[in-house]
Parts: sequence; C-alpha cells; structure tokens
Amino acid sequence: MNLEFTAEENAFRDEVRSFIENNYPQNIERAAVQDDMSPEDMTAWHKILGEKGWSVPAWPEQYGGTGWTPTQRYIWSEENARVNAVMPLPFGVAMVGPVIYTFGNEEQKAKHLPGIRSGDVWWCQGYSEPGAGSDLASLKTTAVRDGDDYILNGQKTWTTLAQHADWGFFLCRTDPDAPKPQQGISFILVDMNTPGIEVRPIKLIDGGYEVNEVWLTDVRVPAENLIGEENKGWTYAKFLLAHERSGIAGVARSKRGVEQLKEIAQHEMLDGEPLLQDMGFATKVSQLEIDLAALEITELRTLAGEQAGKGPGPESSLLKVKGTEIQQRLTELTLEAVGYYGTPDFRSFPADGSNDFPIGPDYAHSAAPTYFNMRKTSIYGGSNEIQRNIITKMVLGL
Amino acid sequence: MDFNFSDEQNMVRDGISRLVREQYDWDTRRAVISSESGWRPEFWAQLAELGMLAAPFSEEDGGFGGGAVETMLIMEEFGKGLVVEPFIPSVVCAGGFLKHAGTAAQKEEYLSAIIAGEKVFAFAYAEPQGRYDLANLTTTAKKDGDGFSLNGQKAVVIGAPWASHFVVTARTSGGQSDVGGVSVFIVAKDAEGVSLRDYATVDGRRASEVYFENVAVSADALIGELDNGLPLIETVVDEATAAVCAEATGAMQVTHAMTLEYAKQRKQFGVPISSFQVLQHRMVDMFMEYEQSISMSYLATIKLDEDEAERKHAVSSAKVRIGQSARFVGQSAVQTHGGMGVTDETAVGSYFKRLSIIESEFGSVDHHMRRHIKLTAAA
Repeated sequence: MNLEFTAEENAFRDEVRSFIENNYPQNIERAAVQDDMSPEDMTAWHKILGEKGWSVPAWPEQYGGTGWTPTQRYIWSEENARVNAVMPLPFGVAMVGPVIYTFGNEEQKAKHLPGIRSGDVWWCQGYSEPGAGSDLASLKTTAVRDGDDYILNGQKTWTTLAQHADWGFFLCRTDPDAPKPQQGISFILVDMNTPGIEVRPIKLIDGGYEVNEVWLTDVRVPAENLIGEENKGWTYAKFLLAHERSGIAGVARSKRGVEQLKEIAQHEMLDGEPLLQDMGFATKVSQLEIDLAALEITELRTLAGEQAGKGPGPESSLLKVKGTEIQQRLTELTLEAVGYYGTPDFRSFPADGSNDFPIGPDYAHSAAPTYFNMRKTSIYGGSNEIQRNIITKMVLGL
Repeated sequence: MDFNFSDEQNMVRDGISRLVREQYDWDTRRAVISSESGWRPEFWAQLAELGMLAAPFSEEDGGFGGGAVETMLIMEEFGKGLVVEPFIPSVVCAGGFLKHAGTAAQKEEYLSAIIAGEKVFAFAYAEPQGRYDLANLTTTAKKDGDGFSLNGQKAVVIGAPWASHFVVTARTSGGQSDVGGVSVFIVAKDAEGVSLRDYATVDGRRASEVYFENVAVSADALIGELDNGLPLIETVVDEATAAVCAEATGAMQVTHAMTLEYAKQRKQFGVPISSFQVLQHRMVDMFMEYEQSISMSYLATIKLDEDEAERKHAVSSAKVRIGQSARFVGQSAVQTHGGMGVTDETAVGSYFKRLSIIESEFGSVDHHMRRHIKLTAAA
C-alpha cells in the first residue's frame, strides 16, 4: 500500500504542468454553461493537445494513445482541473473513439480516429429518445436496409451540443421483430450534414442551450457506417456507457470547485468573520471535502484495477452516483455561499459589449445557473436510480 | 385546537384561488415574465379591486379586518401559480411598516394607496455585505436641516422596477452592525439622487440594485422611531418570512402534484415509473415534507403576534424546515421528471427555481438555524 507518488510520477507532473502553463490558451475561460462558449473555444485546447499527441491519453498507443499509466492519466486530469481547462468533449474521445477502435473495421478506424484525435471533427451521441431514456432499449428510431444504404427515421433527444456536430453515433432499431428489445439494435455513424436531419435546440432551466432534439426523416446513410455487426449494437452501446460513467465522477473538477468554494467563503463575510470560519458552513465544506477524498481514493483503486487489466465494470456506477452527488452538493453550497447575489439572472443583462457587470461579485454570476444546470448530472448517463439498480444486480447479485 | 378558517378567510382563499387558476395559467405566466415589464399591472389592479391588497389590514387602517392568516392564504395561492406580482414587498413589507408604526398622516398618504394598488412599494433593506443581517448597514441617513440626506446601495431589491416608492433601512448613528442607530424611511423612486439598475431574477421576477446619492428625505418620511428601527424591521421581516413560507407550501404542493401526475403517465420498461418503489418512496417523502411545511407555515403565522422571542423562534423554525423541504421537494421533482425536469419549457423547472430562491429569501436555512440556536441558548 502506498499512496505517495513516485519520483517519476512527480517529474511527469512537472512536465505536464509546464506544458499547460506554456500552451493553454489564455483567452479561454470556462463559462457557466458550455453553450456560453464558442465552438472554437470549446475545441481550442483539444487541437493543441492533438498536435502534442495528448488528446486521447487513454487510448491504446497504436491508435494514438499516450501509453500513460492510469496514475499518470489521473495526474493529467488534476493538472488540467487546476487551471479549470476546457477539456476535449467526451463524445469523440471517450465515447465513440473506443467503440471504433474496439469494434470498428480498418476503414472506419482510418477514416474517423484521426479527426477525433486532432479535434477537427465534432461528434454527438444519438442514444436517448422521448420514450427511451433510462429504458434505452425501448428506442424506436429505425434503420431500414435499402441496397447499400440504411434509411433512418425517428427522433433522438438530449443530444448534447449536436448543434455544432459534424458526425453523430446513433442507436437504431434494425430488427423490430427481435425477441428482446436489446436485440435488433445497431450502432451507426451518421454524417450530420446528411439531408433529412433537423437539429432543434432545447432551452434548459439555466437559460442555456446545451442539448437538442434531433429529428431524422428518411436519412440515407451508407451501410459501411455500421459498426460491427447488424443487430449487435446493444453490446457496443453498453461498452460505451461503461466508459462514459468512469469519466463522470469528475473528481479533479470537483477538487477545483471546492477550492473555488473556499475562496468564495473566505471572501463572504458573516458577523464580521469570513463565512468559511462559521462552524455551520465550514462543517458542510469539510463534509464535502471528506466525501470527495473518499471518492478520489475509490477512483484511484478503480484505476489501479484497470492498470492490472480490469476494464471498467459495474464499479463505475458507484463513481457516477457519488461523483454526481458531490458535484451537485458543491453547486448547492456555492449558491448558499453567494447569498443575495445568487438571485439576479445575469443572463438577462443587455449585452453591451462588456462583460463587466458592476452588480455583485463576479463569482456569484454563475452560482445559480450552475446549480440549476447540474441537476442533470444525476439524470444523464443512466440516472442514479438506474446506477443503483446496476449495482443491485451486477455487484450485489440481488 | 382549531385549524379551521373563518367564513371571511375562506372567502379570501376561494377568491384568490379562483383568480390565480383563471388568470395565471402556465403559458400566461411565461409570456408575462418574458415581457418587457415582467408583470401585469392590470392583474395588480384586479387584486386591489377584489380586496386582496386590503385583506391583511384592520378596518381602522382601511382594510378588511384581517391579518397574518389572510396573508398566508393569499401567498399559498401565489405559490401555486408562481405569481410574480409584488405582494410581499408592497403589501406585507411596506404595508407592515405602516400598519405597525405609520403615523396617521403616513397611513393616509401611503397605506390607503397601497391597498388601492395605486402606489407600489419595494423594500430596500439588503446590502451587498449584509448577508441576512438586518443591522449590517452601510447606507446612511445623516441629519440635514429638518430632514436627512440618504446615501448608499441596496442589493437585489425585489420588485423595484415596478415600484413607485421604497421603504429603505439606513444607519442614522452607530457602527456598521450596531443594533441601535437603525432607522426606516419612505423614499419616492423619482426622488432626486435615486438611481436603479434593473434586471430579471433567476426565478422569473424583477429586481434592481438601488443607489441613493444625497437623496433629500424629509423628517416626516421616517417610519417609527429614529435610531430604534431594528425591532420594527425584525417584526416586518418575520412577517415577510412567514409569507414566503406560505408561498413555498403552495409551490411545493403543486410541484408534488405535477410530479405524481408525470410519474403515472411516464412509462419506462413497459410500466409507469410510478410503479417503481424507489420513486414511490421519494414521492411519499415529498408528500411528508410539504405536509410538515404546511404545519410550520401555520405555526409561524399564528406566532407572529406573540412576544418577540416566541415569534422569532417560530419563524426561524419554520424557515429552517421549509428551506430544507423546498430543496428536497424541488430537487426530487426534477429528478423524477428526468430530462424533462431540466428543460425550460416544463413547469417543474420553474417551480424548482422559485423554491431554490425561497430557500435563501429573508435568510437561508443556516441563518435561521443560527438564530434558532441563539434564541434557544438565551431562553
């Protein structure tokens, strides 16, 4: 048992830190919600990392991965969180990329992996539908084979940042008569510029446009865009979801968030003392830090398991549940900390060319929208209720 | 024990309930809060016409002989419809100051106009550094001839864009957080030296930062005693806190009902999600939370006329419990609605946002817990 980093790991941290310091675009700051950033800002760091060869650290080296150990990857994410870096979007890097290099054919790998690595191709995920959220297997979007093409019809929803996407990966029903709903689903890559695709933004309660409805009407997709075997898409979908959940814990981001919360609580005054010195508030912050430490070590144990060759399994559900609960509590405490200035809607201020609102402290502006927005984390990626069901069945065997 | 309402109170309840139901449907509210003005003066006029703005005042004051219970009944219905019009700032707060401490002349000039809906007040008490401490004031009112000269900034003044007048708290002597030295004034919005920065709030209302720069305030604009305004402010803010507690119970009730409705019709895995035990238990917990909140709202309302310690104890107990319940019910409703719960177009998100802001209005859970602890230690 040893939780200390080795000399090599510390040297690696120095290397990473100086690379970030020298190369992270200084003009880019993370906005309250992603949609407040331009697509260019969202991918700028990804492109720099692509040139450096660091955009897909977890991939196998033959596909452009770094060969870093899980500990090195962990150090990497910590150092990025330290500067609040805008990281590569997960849709290409963490979701469809691993599906393509694991289940795709050589043509598909050659065609799609370079654009994911470089950050030049923006991907979106076409999984959920209005009637198929947590019960994803009940999805209804169809793909009907017609010569060398599939013809897609249906509606997807909660499609994150699809308004900027070049490509999407869609789950479609290819065999409506399959005995079980999980069977008869296929995993298909779709060029988002194909005729028949309509993307309609959904306004969220924080006032931003982060997700979309995607309507598919007679969308003709070449059959060569099928991943793996027809009707076996559920297998690939589950593989992808396990990858998605392991990234969802967000430990490094939450650690940075706790630092910011403490800075706010150091600045806000209560009875002439910093709020952070109030026993009631400080207790809640400490509780959060303690829970975050427990999550962090748990994630490190999972990473160590991965290092020993175990893929992400149902344990990732634990990371998802506890990680999102912590993220949500962090935003609750931040909203509590800012007091009165959580109430103004800073999005409603007329855009006058300046970002300088002389109303309330800067750190208060994103507190309420972030709190509202982060309610999604216990819902998306398989709701936390579903994650508990997975642990019930897969871990506890009940 | 009697939890029944009088015939008159039931009439108030039925009247406001009908009005909100008929005039405050979801689409109308959405249109109103995104309109330029952000409210409906004609709805306010209707409230006045129906006597709702008079309901909490005694007959001597030109009201209908009601009090805190009437306010509670009205605010519950406001909570059900997420009504944005400024009943608390104008009627409960400004009306409260005048009711408790207004001179005959002040009542004559202002209270009758509030009741008639002709003048609308906002309550400018919070300051950027104040954090719910009503005595923590950097706004000053300095003696200037017969009157005062007012300087300072007030934070997040709810309803200020719609107001004709403000009730303003200011320091007339003493140090920044001293208990003594606080006074209360009426200031017209169009007085020279008053400026506003208006904005929307995250829960669909309007507010302003209000700046006072050498604003001349006449001696007869003082409400209550010079330098000894704090007990009066605390009384009124407790009444406002009880009112917002009642609003929360109304909002929770609707939030819970719409969640039940949604869970019964939303199907996953071939069955309504209401058949899942984990969601059933959550909805049961929501129900228990809002029932307890209704109890605490009653308690706070009933104790408003008791002595100071008892009043504060009850109000803080209610605000702690209701703040916690508001968070639980709001968050649970969003979670049960799944993705629909975080969209702007469904009502549940708006109820969640209002409940989230109510949590900290007139003092957060932490603030009232501290006050409760201090009161308990002093008892």
